[in-house]
Amino acid sequence: MTILQTDSDRLLLAVRKLLAEKAIATPEEIAERIAITDAANPGQGARMVAKAWVDPEYKALMLSDGAKAAEAVGIPMRGMPPLGVLENAPGIHHLVVCTLCSCYPRAVLGYPPFWFKSAAYRARAVRDPRGLLADWGTPLPDSVQVRVVDSTADYRWMVLPMRPEGTEGWDEARLASLLRDGDMIGVTVPSA
Amino acid sequence: MLAPGQAVRVKLDWPETRGPCHIRTPHYLRGHQGIVERHLGRFPNPEDLAFARPAAVLDLYHVRFEQKSLWGEGHPGDAIVVELYESWLEAA
Repeated sequence: MTILQTDSDRLLLAVRKLLAEKAIATPEEIAERIAITDAANPGQGARMVAKAWVDPEYKALMLSDGAKAAEAVGIPMRGMPPLGVLENAPGIHHLVVCTLCSCYPRAVLGYPPFWFKSAAYRARAVRDPRGLLADWGTPLPDSVQVRVVDSTADYRWMVLPMRPEGTEGWDEARLASLLRDGDMIGVTVPSA
Repeated sequence: MLAPGQAVRVKLDWPETRGPCHIRTPHYLRGHQGIVERHLGRFPNPEDLAFARPAAVLDLYHVRFEQKSLWGEGHPGDAIVVELYESWLEAA
């Protein structure tokens, strides 16, 4: 029987069995990894962003080592790729894409939205980022430079958006509630 | 090691025309000139890891490319930043 004749569940079962037999990964390790992946969600990245908005020391850590900053708020990063954090500022806006496949900061944002893997998003993000952002309702003035970050290799990238006006005095939980996944890859910006 | 600000060119090479391969350097950058932003670390070459071959540890850089130089149009100052391995970069 060839792989083409085997249905995906049987193939998965066979691969898992081989991983165990060759002592590469135990069933428990695989189950743990699936649980961590399933549990990740944009709320985790939102907690990091909200903390960075109110705590300059944490923001400095986040910009220098995103994985350490994630671990500092209890997000499991063992076995995950390094996490780079891109800071938006009044003159610069970052947009994250993976033109080669679907690299996404899953550890802190969970599974990517379906469109993140689409050929249309991947092509247009690098070719016409301003047009793409305008379609998302994120028009950028000429004074703002766009930095498209194409995740091609060993890093995963998330965006630290600017704190919206009108949020003075808000606590971290309330700030975190403003954030959507798109804000943390730069297709949208948060507003209060 | 390459220094931030250094001009580099992505090799104009198409290994996919020579046989099975796994490449982390996008087509649209091949042959184009960029500027090194910073060194990101050292990682085993994914082109070998993908085939379970012994993998050399390579320097990985964040390299910036001006939109206009890639596409012939674009807003001045807009750029694309990409992770590239030393094996794909040459002095510009």
